[in-house]
Amino acid sequence: MANFYTDNPDLRHHLNHPLMQKIVELRERNYTDAEKFDYAPANFADAMDNYEKVLEIVGDLCGGKIAENAEAVDHQGASCANGRAYYADGTVENLDLCRKAGLMGMAMPRRFGGLNFPITPYIMAAEIVSRADTGFENLWGLQDCAETLYEFGSEEQRAKYIPRVCEGETMSMDLTEPDAGSDLQSVMLKATQKEDGTWVLNGVKRFITNGDSDIHLVLARSEEGTKDGRGLSMFIYDKRNGGVTVRRIENKMGIKGSPTCELVYKNAPAELCGNRRLGLIKYVMALMNGARLGIAAQSVGVSELAYREAHQYALERRQFGKAIIEFPAVSEMLAVMKAKLDASRSLLYECSRFVDMYKIYEDIARERSLTADERAEMKHYSRLADALTPLAKGLGSEYCNQNAYDCIQIHGGSGFMKDYACERIYRDARITSIYEGTTQLQVVAAIRHVTTGTYASLIKTYAEAGYPAQLAPLAAILGDLTVAYEKAVAKVTEANNSKYLDFMARRLVEMAGSLIMAYLLLQDAKDDESFNNTAVVYTKMAQALVAQHSDFISNFAPEQLSAYGIGE
Amino acid sequence: MSLNIIVLAKQVPDTRNVGKDAMKEDGTINRAALPAIFNPEDLNALEQALRLKDANPGSKVTLLTMGLPRAAEIIREAIYRGADAGIVLTDRALGGADTLATSYSLAQAVKKFGNYDIILGGRQAIDGDTAQVGPQIAEKLGIPQVTYAEEILDLRDGKVTVKRRLEHGVETVVAPLPCVVTVNGSAADCRPRNAKRLMKYKYAASTSELPKLSEEAQARVAANPELNIAEWSAAFVEADSEQIGLAGSPTKVKTIENVVFTAKESRRLDNDDAQIEELIQELIANHTIG
Repeated sequence: MANFYTDNPDLRHHLNHPLMQKIVELRERNYTDAEKFDYAPANFADAMDNYEKVLEIVGDLCGGKIAENAEAVDHQGASCANGRAYYADGTVENLDLCRKAGLMGMAMPRRFGGLNFPITPYIMAAEIVSRADTGFENLWGLQDCAETLYEFGSEEQRAKYIPRVCEGETMSMDLTEPDAGSDLQSVMLKATQKEDGTWVLNGVKRFITNGDSDIHLVLARSEEGTKDGRGLSMFIYDKRNGGVTVRRIENKMGIKGSPTCELVYKNAPAELCGNRRLGLIKYVMALMNGARLGIAAQSVGVSELAYREAHQYALERRQFGKAIIEFPAVSEMLAVMKAKLDASRSLLYECSRFVDMYKIYEDIARERSLTADERAEMKHYSRLADALTPLAKGLGSEYCNQNAYDCIQIHGGSGFMKDYACERIYRDARITSIYEGTTQLQVVAAIRHVTTGTYASLIKTYAEAGYPAQLAPLAAILGDLTVAYEKAVAKVTEANNSKYLDFMARRLVEMAGSLIMAYLLLQDAKDDESFNNTAVVYTKMAQALVAQHSDFISNFAPEQLSAYGIGE
Repeated sequence: MSLNIIVLAKQVPDTRNVGKDAMKEDGTINRAALPAIFNPEDLNALEQALRLKDANPGSKVTLLTMGLPRAAEIIREAIYRGADAGIVLTDRALGGADTLATSYSLAQAVKKFGNYDIILGGRQAIDGDTAQVGPQIAEKLGIPQVTYAEEILDLRDGKVTVKRRLEHGVETVVAPLPCVVTVNGSAADCRPRNAKRLMKYKYAASTSELPKLSEEAQARVAANPELNIAEWSAAFVEADSEQIGLAGSPTKVKTIENVVFTAKESRRLDNDDAQIEELIQELIANHTIG
């Protein structure tokens, strides 16, 4: 039986990044919990050892039962009867295992029963779970709704709900409605305050992942007569109180083990979480950022699985007297798959570390006021996290789809049959570039970091990091590509035409993303030569992409937009 | 009602993942090439013990293993999964033991342990596959035994009800306590290691491991008695030196052969009495039957 943590040394490499020392020290408040909790670490080495050992448990469960169950879960799927959603048998078993292993509420503080892990090792666990069963990652990963509850709920709400999550109760975020998908400002679910001050919810939600969960975070319209996002508040609905039924679940293409529910609220009692009117503009934005990082992790897990399945098949399948991996057309595909996988993983953990840095400072600010330096550092990392999250989610999910596609291609005719895992991987991958904001919306979130120069300055710090002689030629190429990127950005922004900018946004974001990932791989190769090939392959890809997009941009006249159906 | 439960367990080479280096030239096991693991059916036994503990709050599950000092690894593993404590019975004098000497030594350890309600163990270990040690311990302790257990259905009023998985079906039996129950691989899987327990007990160490730990880890063990894994010697359990180790083992291994199974030539008989009669005569003549 494989262990999905120990069989992948790249994970250990990313976990042991130099920035972790600071993250862990801050997160553990200089290891003061050790006096209060017998499972708290006493120092940095102790904490890192805990993360590794717990990730080994995750890897063991995932490489064992959870991966074993994935096919049966996909075939059986979730079901709906009598107003309730039911998991497939394998999902029930997976959840039970995760509860017994204590893998719920991993990133929650110890005083609520959590493990107090930073985001980075938690996200690593999410990647591993996704490799085992992509749909199960949704259910398990919804524990990060507890993060939002922790950040914006009252101390009483934290104490009431977070220990239940750590004990294994599941969560959901009830946002989408039939007429409010990407446009959440249109949410209509009605929250009414009764005379005694308590709230009830009425209306319908649609496409709710794990919608029959124990604890829901619900976006609802609390301000009668309002029409936009400023009339929305966030509520906590506790299933123990009743009032919400599952009308139906969707028959989906993939992640079939994860029930996607249509919910009917009939006078469902709920608690207001945080302040009125901040539901969408503050809390859901935070919730979505966490969820996007989760989907980025899910995507890397799928990429890993797709690459491994394809690689294994290419080694075993023989044609014309040799294994097909020996044909350049196949080995090139595998090298490109590996490069996309490694690139998206490096970006994922860079982003997780940035999220860790600013979130920990935010949390410390709840206990004491930050120094000016700390506040500056928090702002710095918050901005970087904000810039990298849409890249990690947007580009990582596209890569995982491409890898799932190539995984089938390498299997040839067999890949089209239902007999191999690759067809499930292909179906499961498809949602990653859609939910929690489509790739197109990730571009919308990312483009301001192109125009304001966040990416350019990050790229500059990577370029200045210094590279050993053997990597210098690659670093030189990336230097040239950066010039081309900046030229393309200048051309598009100088036109001062918002439709033209929107039209080119994806190209610019992809260029920035490729440069960032290429530099990250160069840094990986600096510390660990096993990344050398990937660094070369990915730099070649970045070179081709930047050339193509630069060429397109420099040869494009804004008046040609009309040919694409885009008016003035 | 709180129970005192002993689980017998063994650290074994992982014979399920045998590679080409698994055997040495002389036909003995190359232990270095095989990872040492928790004997699988002992994990099934541990799960039954932990379920008894869940149902009877205040119960204590103690793992007892005989082997090299490194067998403390499986005690930590059991503690991560929910066991309370462990004892490694380890001594050079115990080396080379066959099942008789092993069961004598373990029975002595159980006597030293004293007050217990039930002893659970796996049906057999994957390195020897004898299934003799559990039953022999019961005999030496003079208590009943229930073998091939798949599930402990009930435990109350000094009696345990056990579902046994036999070749042609199941049998439910009731045995008085204390007794030995050996558990089949068909029983429920053991629960996973728990993250908090792992972080809490990862520095648990036996007497011989302790000096090898960092000073800081040693200080932790010193501060928390729960982190001590007991190590017992043959003398400590008052074992008779004639009955342990090689001296106490009537089983002597003369030679070991590496057997490669090959298909032999097949022969086809028609359905007629003469040909069948001829085959029977041939089998009698070469002593295959009769």
